[in-house]
Amino acid sequence: MIDLQLLALLLIPLLGGGLLAAFGSRSWAAELNSLMSFCTFAAAVVLTVRVVDSGPQVAFNEQFFIDQFNVFLVALTAFVAFTTSLFSRPYMRIEQHHGKLSTGMLHLYYSMYQLFTFTMLVALTTNNMGILWVAMEAATLTTVLLVSLYRTPASIEAAWKYFILCGVGIALALFGTILLYFAAERVLGHGGTALLWTHLNEVKGELEPTVLKLAFIFLLVGYGTKIGLVPLHSWLPDAHAEGPTPVSAVLSGLLLNVALCAVMRCKVLVDGALGANLAGGTHFAGNLMMGFGLLSVVVAALFLSRQKDIKRMFAYSSIEHMGLITFAFGMGGKVATFAALLHMTVHSLTKSAIFFAVGHAVQKSGTQQMEGIRGMLQISPTVGWGLMLGTLAILGMPPFGVFASEFLIITTAMHDYPWTTPILLIALGVAFAAIFGKVQPMVFGETTAKPLPHSPALIPVFVHLLLVLILGLYMPPYLADWYRQAAALLG
Amino acid sequence: MQMTYTVQFINLLAAILLLIVFAMLAQRRILSLINLFAWQGALLSLSTFVVAYSTAQHHLYYSAGLTLLLKVLLLPWLLHRLIRKLNVRWDVETLINIPTTMLIGIALVIFSFNLAAPISQLSEGVTRGLIGIALASVLLSLLMMLTRRKAISQVVGFLAMENGLFFAATSATHGMPLVVELGIALDVLVATFIFGIFFFQIRETFDSLDITHMEKLKDD
Repeated sequence: MIDLQLLALLLIPLLGGGLLAAFGSRSWAAELNSLMSFCTFAAAVVLTVRVVDSGPQVAFNEQFFIDQFNVFLVALTAFVAFTTSLFSRPYMRIEQHHGKLSTGMLHLYYSMYQLFTFTMLVALTTNNMGILWVAMEAATLTTVLLVSLYRTPASIEAAWKYFILCGVGIALALFGTILLYFAAERVLGHGGTALLWTHLNEVKGELEPTVLKLAFIFLLVGYGTKIGLVPLHSWLPDAHAEGPTPVSAVLSGLLLNVALCAVMRCKVLVDGALGANLAGGTHFAGNLMMGFGLLSVVVAALFLSRQKDIKRMFAYSSIEHMGLITFAFGMGGKVATFAALLHMTVHSLTKSAIFFAVGHAVQKSGTQQMEGIRGMLQISPTVGWGLMLGTLAILGMPPFGVFASEFLIITTAMHDYPWTTPILLIALGVAFAAIFGKVQPMVFGETTAKPLPHSPALIPVFVHLLLVLILGLYMPPYLADWYRQAAALLG
Repeated sequence: MQMTYTVQFINLLAAILLLIVFAMLAQRRILSLINLFAWQGALLSLSTFVVAYSTAQHHLYYSAGLTLLLKVLLLPWLLHRLIRKLNVRWDVETLINIPTTMLIGIALVIFSFNLAAPISQLSEGVTRGLIGIALASVLLSLLMMLTRRKAISQVVGFLAMENGLFFAATSATHGMPLVVELGIALDVLVATFIFGIFFFQIRETFDSLDITHMEKLKDD
C-alpha cells in the first residue's frame, strides 16, 4: 500500500511536468498547474496520515524511505507548492500583461515548476544517498532557467552564479557521498545496499570515524551551499531577487529546507560513527553546524540593513533563519531539534507568504527598490496588511509561531551554550531594526502604487499567516507528538 | 602477480590524469582545452575498464562504456559545436597568470594528499593513494573555474571536476551502484545542455562570453 501512495506522490508532479510541457502555452495552463499541485498535496496528505499512524516504512525495494521527519517535510513542501501555484496564477498573468513575460516563457515556467516539485519530493523520500545527490542537483537544474526567466542582464548573471556556485557545491557533496560509500563498503560490503540510509543507520557505529569526519565536511559544505550558509551564500540573494517571485517563494520556503534535510540525514550517520550521543564521543558534526549557523545569522543580520531591493532583503532574512535552524540542529538534543523542526515549518510558511505579498507590492509600484514602494495600505489594504503581518511574524513577534520556535532555540542555547545567547540576541535585534524600519514606510505613508490588471491572489498569504499564528498560540497535541517523534529520530 | 600489474597500471593512469589537469590549468586555447577534456575522459574510461577487469565488477563495464560515450564522444562534440557556433576559439584570458596558477596548483596537490592520508592508510590493494589524486584533480578543476574569465572554460572546468569525482568513485571505491551512476550521468548531460542554452543567452545579452561583464550584482 505504501508503495502505491508513494508512487502517486512522485508520479503526479512528474506527469504534471509532462502535461505542462505539452500544453503549457494554453490559456488554462495556470489552472492545470494548480490542479496538479493540489493532487500532489492530496497524495502527500494521504501518505502523511499513513506514516504518522504506522511509523517509518521502506518502499520499492528499499530505495525509498519515509519516516516522521521527512514525511513532515513532504507535507510542508506539497502544501507550499500548492499555495504558490495558486499565487502564481494571477501573478504571472499580471507579469505577462506588463510585457515582462511571453507565452513561451510561461510554458517553461509551468513545466519546470512541476518538475522542481518532483525533484524535491524525490530528494526528501529517497533512501539512497546517491539518488539524494542526483535529486538535489536536478533541483538546481530545474530552477536555474527559471531564475533567468526574465532574460534581463541581471537575471542571467544571477542564474549563472546560481548554476556555477551550486554546481561546485554539489560536486563537493558528491565527493562526500563517495567517501561515505567508501566507508560503508567496508562494513556493508560492495553493492547496492551500501548507500541506503536505513542500512547505514543500522551500522553507523561501525563506520570508520576518520573517513566519516572528512565526508561530513564535504557534505556540509556541498549541501550547505544550497542551504545558503555563509560564506557560501552569495548566489542566494541574487537568485531570489532576480527570479520571478513565485520562484523566490519556493526556493526560499522549500529548497533550502530540502537541502537542510539532506545535511541532517548525514549528521545522524556521522554522530553515530563518532559516538556523539555516548560518553566520550565528539559532537564534531554538531559543532561544525553550530559554527556555520551562528556565522550565517550574524553576517545575514549585518547585511540586512544595507539592502535597497526588497526581495534581496528578504533573501538575506532567509539566510539568517536558515542559519538559526542549522544552529539549532547543531546543538542537538530533543528540545533544540523540536524547535528547529518547528522553525523550519513556520519559516517556510511565513517567508513564502511574505514573498507573495512582496510580489504584488512590487507589481503595484513597478519597482523592487524599497524607496519606490510606499503606502501600500492606502491603495491595497490586503497587500499592505499581508506585508506588515508577514514581517512581524518573521521578525518573531509574540503571537506568531516564529516567536515560539526562536524562544525555544534561544532558551536551549542559554542552557547548553550560554556564550552564544548574546550573539544570537544581538543579531536578531539588528535584523528586527533593519527589516521593520524598512517595511514600515512601505506599508504606511503616501502611496505611489497603481492598480493591477488582474486581481491579486492574497488568500494564500493569509492562510499561511493564519497557520503560523495558530502554531504560535496553540500546538495541537498530535502535531507536537509528531514533531517529538521526528526529533527523537534525529537525536 | 597479476594484481600488482593492474595496480601499477591504474596508478600510472592516475598520474597521467593529474598531469592532464595541470595541462588544462596551463592551456590558453579553448579548442585544446576541450581536446584535453576528451583525453581525460578516455583515460577515465580506460581506468574504469581496468578496475572492472581486475575486480570482476561487471557493472563497471557499463560505466566504462557510458564514460566513453558521454565524456569522450558526446560532450566534446557538443562543446566543439558550441564554440564553432559562438566563434570563441581563441585565447583564454586568465585572472591570475599561469605560473602563479601552477604554483597554487602544486600547493593544492600537497594539501589534498595530506587530507587524504588517513584514508589512504585504510584502503588496501588497488585503491591506495588514489583518493588523494582524485581530490587533487577536483580541487585543481575548481581552481581552473575560479581563474578563467570565459564562460565556456568555466564549464570545461566544471566537467573536469566531475571527471575527478568519477575517478574517485570508480577507482577508489570500485564504483557506486549503477542507478546512482546513471543518475549522475543524466545530471551532467542535462547540465551541459543548460550550459549551452546559457551561452546563447549570455552572448545575446552581453555581446560576449566574458563573465567579467557579469559583475553588476553586488552588495555595496
